[in-house]
Amino acid sequence: MKTKNILSALALLFVPMIESQAQVGKPFIHDPSTLAECDGKYYTFGTGGGGLISEDGWTWNSGAVRPGGGAAPDVLKIGKRYLVAYSATGGGLGGGHRGRVLTMWNNTLDPNSPDFKYTEPIEVAASLDDEDCDAIDAGLLLDPTDGRLWLTYGTYFGFIRLVELDPKTGKRVEGNEAINIAIDCEATDLIYRNGWYYLLGTHGTCCDGVNSTYNIVVGRSRKVTGPYLDNVGRDMLQGGGKMVAGAGYRKVGAGHFGRTVLEDGVEKMSCHYEADFDQGGRSVLAILPLLWENDWPVAGEPLQEGTYEIESVRRGYSLELAVDFVRMQQERRRFWDDNGEPLPPIKEQTLQDVIGTWPTGDINVRMSDYMFRPHQLWNITAVPEAGGYLGGPYYKIVIAGTNRALAATDDAEVVSVPEFTGADEQLWRIDQLTDGKYRIMPKKFANSKKPLALVSAGDCTPTIAKFDMKSDNSKWNLKAHK
Amino acid sequence: MNKFRQLTTFFVGITALFALSSFAPGTATDEESEPVQGPKFEDYFNSVTTPSAAPDNEGFIRRWTVLEPISKPNRSNTVFTDSYLRDAFTTEYFPKQFSVIPRDGMKVKVADQTLSWHAIDSKLFNVKLFRFASGLKKNVYGVLFWAVTVVNSDRDIDDVRLSVGSNSASMWWLNGEEALLLSGDRRMVKDDCMSRRLKLKKGKNILRGAVINGPGMSDFCVRFIDESGNPVTGLTITNK
Repeated sequence: MKTKNILSALALLFVPMIESQAQVGKPFIHDPSTLAECDGKYYTFGTGGGGLISEDGWTWNSGAVRPGGGAAPDVLKIGKRYLVAYSATGGGLGGGHRGRVLTMWNNTLDPNSPDFKYTEPIEVAASLDDEDCDAIDAGLLLDPTDGRLWLTYGTYFGFIRLVELDPKTGKRVEGNEAINIAIDCEATDLIYRNGWYYLLGTHGTCCDGVNSTYNIVVGRSRKVTGPYLDNVGRDMLQGGGKMVAGAGYRKVGAGHFGRTVLEDGVEKMSCHYEADFDQGGRSVLAILPLLWENDWPVAGEPLQEGTYEIESVRRGYSLELAVDFVRMQQERRRFWDDNGEPLPPIKEQTLQDVIGTWPTGDINVRMSDYMFRPHQLWNITAVPEAGGYLGGPYYKIVIAGTNRALAATDDAEVVSVPEFTGADEQLWRIDQLTDGKYRIMPKKFANSKKPLALVSAGDCTPTIAKFDMKSDNSKWNLKAHK
Repeated sequence: MNKFRQLTTFFVGITALFALSSFAPGTATDEESEPVQGPKFEDYFNSVTTPSAAPDNEGFIRRWTVLEPISKPNRSNTVFTDSYLRDAFTTEYFPKQFSVIPRDGMKVKVADQTLSWHAIDSKLFNVKLFRFASGLKKNVYGVLFWAVTVVNSDRDIDDVRLSVGSNSASMWWLNGEEALLLSGDRRMVKDDCMSRRLKLKKGKNILRGAVINGPGMSDFCVRFIDESGNPVTGLTITNK
């Protein structure tokens, strides 16, 4: 049974009083809106009022301002203004179901700006005590194909409904009738991509901490009015939905999907987790890569620190130090021998076996056949004090067992330097692309006009060059070394 | 039983080998008195008869002056580590090795070998050094080749890359500076390895390469590409 507890949500209002300390800040929020960008900062609003602000997309703290209380807002930039939609109530399976969804505008989301002033909220949808709908959980879509504005709302009690709003005023279009488009979910959001409309919804139990089964599902339709069908052809009006994001990595209760498109091939999804096991089991904002598989959205996975092969998608050779290949000694046996002797496992070559043959200064980097040798194994580790970007921290990439770091040079090539110092040229942004491959970008050139990334100039030659989503030269596979 | 099976397998294998070899093309049988002719030098190379040439339509440079192979025996190509190659390619085998712009027919002495330079136009995008050697009835294995060409540019061009594929390892210099090292036992692959971004000067640019191989089919292909991966235009190739 799902219950939205306004009192506990209101308690979040006290979070802004606490000074931020941690590198990822205090990303505590419930029912976050889609992210919005305003004057170089990111904003998200949550249940109860207020919300989070981030300057880089990685470190989030309280400070966003949204009056009206209530629950589960959404926000959308239309032209130069921001439209915020929210529900006045929190819904409730066991109580009344009278609800109201309202919209209001602001010229900016920055509460410190002299232009910061919300318009009077306008009711755009409602539910009575006794009808098959509970008007909460607003989700907004501005249709890129025709400029029409749509709002979804609803929860487990009854239907998810779709209404049309006027993009100039935020008001309900005169004469528009609500359409039922789904059941069994809440926290809906509408998105459009590549000829398909997608209805994202959250199934499972909300608000149950570490026991919350909340998970995000999707159906799609060629028309915004539906029907929204899942991957086995089941209508969301019959409870269908294909999984987008669930529990994992010590977090449960994924809910309230939002999509942020950074550029072609680079998309993020935002949501909350009901309980982050590493942050006291609290409800937190999460930002994950968004992948697209056969025109279905799927959450990517957060990059785990560890030892990796960094494989070029171009040819499949892997990043390595330009050092001598050191042959391993092997007692060769004829492969057809069958004398019943046990087959002893071969020990892998170790760093100690070869590091004495490496130069001690800068060493060039190239690609070659991957043999899981020490000069080809890279530790990828977050550098908390280096900050981050939307969806991730900056990483250092060092040869496993050493502090020898991958670095970008002034003339946009790559090299390895003997010791990681934390300089910008040794810090790397890593994004999982919509096709599941990775883009690796040096922080050193983060302010370039065109995005510069680690690119295959040839089968065996890495460089720093313009990122091109359409080219396998720009992409990498990160394969965990076991 | 195991030993019997091993012996049986051995004899069956030997018999099969003989049977196959008697059907292999080009093998002399009792009825034939002469072996079949192998590929000829002219199948792969033309002599240079024009003052300049253009790169081909993919930008590959086909005009070179190539030295008959220096004998450098190696039973295996697994020795071609970076360290081995730096030593092999920085050794001076003949005078002015790193500065000569050779003429067709020039000779050099390397130990007990007298070797000639040949100005050639490859008929292929790649320079099949194996057939250069076999066509001239020289050693084909355990070899080190030197190749020189002159790349003439109609303008200063920044941010070009030297693109090389070679069999096996090789090192390349542009205007006297090391531009690229391809190490390990490798095959000739288009756009295998790239130099850093280089500058081609307006006028003459001397491109020099050394290719080493043990067993296998020595070969290389070379072109210049721009930042988009397209062949650099406005180049003509000469031997001097």
